[in-house]
Amino acid sequence: MTLAPAFFYLFAFVTVAAGFMVIAAKNPVHAVLFLILAFFNAAGLFVLLGAEFLAMILVVVYVGAVAVLFLFVVMMLDVDFAELRAGFMKNAPLGAFIGLILLAELVLVVGFQMVRPGALAAPSAPIPAPGSGITNAEAIGRVLYTKYVYYFQGAGLILLVAMIGAIVLTLRHKEGVKRQSIAAQVARGKKTAIDVVQVAPGAAIVPPARASQ
Amino acid sequence: MDQLQAYWPLYPELALVIGAMALLMLGVFRPEGEREAEVIGWLAIGVLGLAAWFVLQQPAGTQQLFGGAFVVDAFARFMKVLTFAAAAVALLLSFDYLRQAKALKFEYPVLALLATAGMGMMISANDLIALYVGLELQSLALYVMAAMRRDDVRSSEAGLKYFVLGALSSGMLLYGASLIYGFTGSTSFTSIAAAAAQPGAGQNIGLIVGLVFLLVGIAFKVSAVPFHMWTPDVYEGAPTPVTAFFASAPKVAAMALFMRVALASFAGIKPQWQQVVTALAIASMALGAFAAIGQSNIKRLLAYSAIGNIGYALIGLAAGSPEGVRGVIIYLVIYIAMTLGAFACVLAMRRSDGMVEEIDSLSGLAQNNLGMATVLAILLFSLAGIPPLAGFFAKFYVFAAAVKEGMWALAIIGVLASVVGAYYYVRIVKIMFFDEPRERFASIQPKAGLVMGVMGLYILLYVVWPAPLVEAAGTAAKSLF
Amino acid sequence: MIYHAIVFLPILGALIAGFLGRVIGARASEIITTLFVGIAAVLSWVAFVQVGFNGETTRIPVLRWVTSGELDVSWALRIDTLTAVMLVVVNSVSFLVHLYSIGYMHEDDSRPRFFAYLSMFTFAMLALVTSDNFLQLFFGWEGVGLASYLLIGFWYLKPEANAAAIKAFVVNRVGDFGFALGILGVFAVFGSIGFDAVFRAAPGVAGKPMEFLGQQWDTLTVLCLLLFLGAMGKSAQFLLHTWLPDAMEGPTPVSALIHAATMVTAGVFMVARLSPLFEWAPIALEVVTLVGAVTAFFAATVGLVQNDIKRVVAYSTCSQLGYMFVACGIGAYSAAIFHLFTHAFFKALLFLGAGSVIHAMHHEQDMRKMGGLASKVRITWIVMLIGTLSLTGVGIPHLIGFAGFHSKDAIIEAAFAAHTPGNYAFWLLVVAAFMTAFYSWRLMFMTFHGTTRADQETYAHAHESPWVMLVPLLLLALGAVAAGFAFKTVFIGDGYKEFWRASLFEGAGNHIRHAMHEIPGWVGWAPFVAMAAGFGLSYLYYIVAPWLPALTARIFRPLYLFLLNKWYFDELYDWLFVRPAFWLGRLFWKKGDGAIIDGLGPDNVAARVLWTTGRVVKLQTGYVYHYAFAMLVGVAIIVTAFMFHDIRALFSGVMR
Repeated sequence: MTLAPAFFYLFAFVTVAAGFMVIAAKNPVHAVLFLILAFFNAAGLFVLLGAEFLAMILVVVYVGAVAVLFLFVVMMLDVDFAELRAGFMKNAPLGAFIGLILLAELVLVVGFQMVRPGALAAPSAPIPAPGSGITNAEAIGRVLYTKYVYYFQGAGLILLVAMIGAIVLTLRHKEGVKRQSIAAQVARGKKTAIDVVQVAPGAAIVPPARASQ
Repeated sequence: MDQLQAYWPLYPELALVIGAMALLMLGVFRPEGEREAEVIGWLAIGVLGLAAWFVLQQPAGTQQLFGGAFVVDAFARFMKVLTFAAAAVALLLSFDYLRQAKALKFEYPVLALLATAGMGMMISANDLIALYVGLELQSLALYVMAAMRRDDVRSSEAGLKYFVLGALSSGMLLYGASLIYGFTGSTSFTSIAAAAAQPGAGQNIGLIVGLVFLLVGIAFKVSAVPFHMWTPDVYEGAPTPVTAFFASAPKVAAMALFMRVALASFAGIKPQWQQVVTALAIASMALGAFAAIGQSNIKRLLAYSAIGNIGYALIGLAAGSPEGVRGVIIYLVIYIAMTLGAFACVLAMRRSDGMVEEIDSLSGLAQNNLGMATVLAILLFSLAGIPPLAGFFAKFYVFAAAVKEGMWALAIIGVLASVVGAYYYVRIVKIMFFDEPRERFASIQPKAGLVMGVMGLYILLYVVWPAPLVEAAGTAAKSLF
Repeated sequence: MIYHAIVFLPILGALIAGFLGRVIGARASEIITTLFVGIAAVLSWVAFVQVGFNGETTRIPVLRWVTSGELDVSWALRIDTLTAVMLVVVNSVSFLVHLYSIGYMHEDDSRPRFFAYLSMFTFAMLALVTSDNFLQLFFGWEGVGLASYLLIGFWYLKPEANAAAIKAFVVNRVGDFGFALGILGVFAVFGSIGFDAVFRAAPGVAGKPMEFLGQQWDTLTVLCLLLFLGAMGKSAQFLLHTWLPDAMEGPTPVSALIHAATMVTAGVFMVARLSPLFEWAPIALEVVTLVGAVTAFFAATVGLVQNDIKRVVAYSTCSQLGYMFVACGIGAYSAAIFHLFTHAFFKALLFLGAGSVIHAMHHEQDMRKMGGLASKVRITWIVMLIGTLSLTGVGIPHLIGFAGFHSKDAIIEAAFAAHTPGNYAFWLLVVAAFMTAFYSWRLMFMTFHGTTRADQETYAHAHESPWVMLVPLLLLALGAVAAGFAFKTVFIGDGYKEFWRASLFEGAGNHIRHAMHEIPGWVGWAPFVAMAAGFGLSYLYYIVAPWLPALTARIFRPLYLFLLNKWYFDELYDWLFVRPAFWLGRLFWKKGDGAIIDGLGPDNVAARVLWTTGRVVKLQTGYVYHYAFAMLVGVAIIVTAFMFHDIRALFSGVMR
């Protein structure tokens, strides 16, 4: 059983290191790539915990969708990170000092408490009891719409708000842009498409739209 | 039918959410226009009224749903009615302004409804996950509302700042929640309360640090110092009616959450969180009082005023007694009335060429518009805590609760801070009544005038019949203990 | 329900006239307020019959008002006989005054405001007389004070009116200070301010000492004297009387309503209402008697020489209030309320009649510029005559007479029966009765008889008032004639027990009602003789030999000036209080506040505050990462503090 702890420390170390590199990397594209690395290692941690479904979801959603979207955004926006960083680095020492204090404290506090026997409350029992033959995905499916329906629907609402927000803040209806309306195209028939005009001898054809002006 | 009956406690939130979705559909499939948006706004107010009615119809006592994640008690009912009412008034104030700013969109009332639903979930949250879901639902809608005037740089900046800092605070809150889960083994407040009540919980520094992070996340939402930094910028940058919304309903919800977390789930380690709350209260009162003096923009001033007022309200929580909670509830009611009235006045500061927000432009208002000057003066005197206006009693109840718990020093600091605070409130009164008149404001719109008048009268006449509020607040407070 | 209507109809009218007056117009405001008070007046008489004769006594809760700790105050209407009598007085007179004002004020531009104030006053007075606890009493007390202030200063462009309004307010403040102290004392001693609870506990407290101003005093004596101080202010008793004559600067209907019939009698009502307290404090009652008797005498002397027609009536009011307090002081509460009842009618009549004269003379109030008006304003003359007959107490002893006769003689007889030291109360009252007759007839003769001293044009244009003013006068005249013998039996006669029941309290040692009937025969005749002598002397001075007054004034010049200047009270107070107060104020302002406190305190502190503000505002840079950093620093500080358990030491002072 020494293999699992070894992998735990490997994944954990790489996650933390990659997280640090996300904010330390000079090139924003590198930063996003480090972020992806962190996600992968976090997925590895999930696997170690026996939550393989969550691990897959993490890879599919975060790596496959979110991080790739980040990459696009970072590449398409011309942001001068060096300039942004200049103001930031000026205060970096002080920030680092405070951050280190906080880190040290948390390590001390949480670390010592963890070591103390009995300090950690017994975590809730895993939902699929080991050996019951129920898979992770099935277990989640069983509770998602029953025990956790409130949280699930709440989270759905959050996504709805996010969608509305994105539309409200970015969608613009530009004037004078022609849009394709397939329904209108399909519905177009002889009557609407063709005007039959009787032309009197010697007279000119004046389009009705022009005439009304 | 039994199923429907069983979800009776959830009806107010359901009404808000379903109403929001229905209005969203209505807005999408109707031709777009400002008139339609306003109609949807009125419908949203109606939905809020319906939700409040559902709350009032609920039977007395405590009901729980979803395995105890959602709780409705007297406290929740009181806070929900207050929240919904504040949201409705803030919505009412927004139509005229947004139409003039060409920013009246139907999404605005929909987002307000969803935010309010989130507040209802926060107020009723009895589980860390429920807390977080409600908080995020509320916050996300608020971020969007702050940036609603997307062509206005200040509005966009306000939304972005609020979003980034809000994400940071959410991170802290989640970190705290995970620590608490780790040290108590549950996300349910009931189980956490049991764990925190065990002997030796006060020495469990891991649990305490988790609680600190959790409270920091909530303190950000109520803008308590030092987690207040977003407040002045967002208040100033966001469209004024949105600021009025920020200053009223979310504050109630967040304070309710604060009280429930502190008193219902961590009663066992009360001395520990009392210290945190005391520190936040003192810092907020002091900063609110001192920083407001230097402001020339009335919205910024009201932002610092909000920070200071949250400090006073936290005194009542720091007392940690039923009297203290009653004081906080009364304080919130009166503060909401004062704030909404004040923002109605700010919305009336409009000249033909647009809104003005400089305090100096109020100069000599008494000669141009005595009615508005009088109402604003009443509200400002009340904010300064001058008897016999309602603001005095609001402060009185929290200070009295603190004194009763032996926290003399805290009460004295509160009184000193309100003395400093009185300076800048009274300065505006002086500007309005004794300085040379400036250019007139455009005539006040009826909605703003109505809100102004009602709030001013309530603040003025509160002293005549305080018993109903005090009793209702007392009942609400008792259900937390 | 009818009690709610009685109390709240006037305020409804006041709100309508006050807030919508400009919208609905002056005429509509007049009609609405008058109608509402009229309905209330009719209902009051219904209530009077129900309570007084059918024996209905109730306590109607209106709303829970204030709850704070031990203090639990509900707003309730206390309906017993005493209240019913006051309801009748207040609403009847108020209605008639409203009606009269429609005529009297018809030239004024701000009539809606006037009628709103009048109705508001009526409401406050009703709240006062229906009070069920001390706080409610205080509310009504201050409410009528406020309305009085507003109405005295109604013509706010007149500097004298403003000065008089402020004077009334300030002098009343002195009394109210005592009153408020008294209420606090009651709460401190009894732990409650509800009348029932306090009255029930009063016998247990009687004779127990308490600490006040570092001395041991009898508890109830101290409380009653403090409360009586309030009554002295409101009822313009000796030493706190100076505001009442000046209050005549207000419109005359106001004088009739507030400064004759209702508000000034609030003090008498209060003492009668609190009779269950006062009866256990004999020393306080002696003080009440003394103050009342001195006031009755003093005000009558000043009334002898005044020339302003309203001031004569005002001093007369002051004097009659003294009679009522004497009756209270000797325990004859029913006689006091009886006199209050009749006095409301004839004194309102006299004021409104004087108003009618003033109206006829184009706002001339100086009696030296009147005379011979009887033929010009015949109806006014008749009703004034009736009022004077009633005030001077004309009647056949032991038999029948005008309203004032029954009530005043009852008080004088009771004063004799009370056997005050040297019978001073009795003698002062008899002498006052003599003077009352003299100045009342002097007023009649100077105004209505002899040859006119008015200038030709005014006299020629003197005209009778319109009917809207005369009808109230006639109705009041009816009261001034009949209120005495009609209600004598139930107020102070055989029907006493069934009528008053528990609303008035008499201690075990109080036999005054019994003793009143066992006095020598000549006592009953004494006030009659005084009255007749006063009439004769007045007739001699102003009809037979009109040159006599001037001669007398020359011979007794110092005395004359002393009386004309109202015993120099205004000058004394000016020298004693006003000037030193101004001097002290100026000293504190310039030297104390300006130099010392501002210099060291606010200005210095303000500079510190501004400096701090500058620092704090600088923190708000606008950069998001600064803000985030501030949050992190906050977290770090709190966690660090917990880490080292220092936070408890840091805030130990704050926490406990």
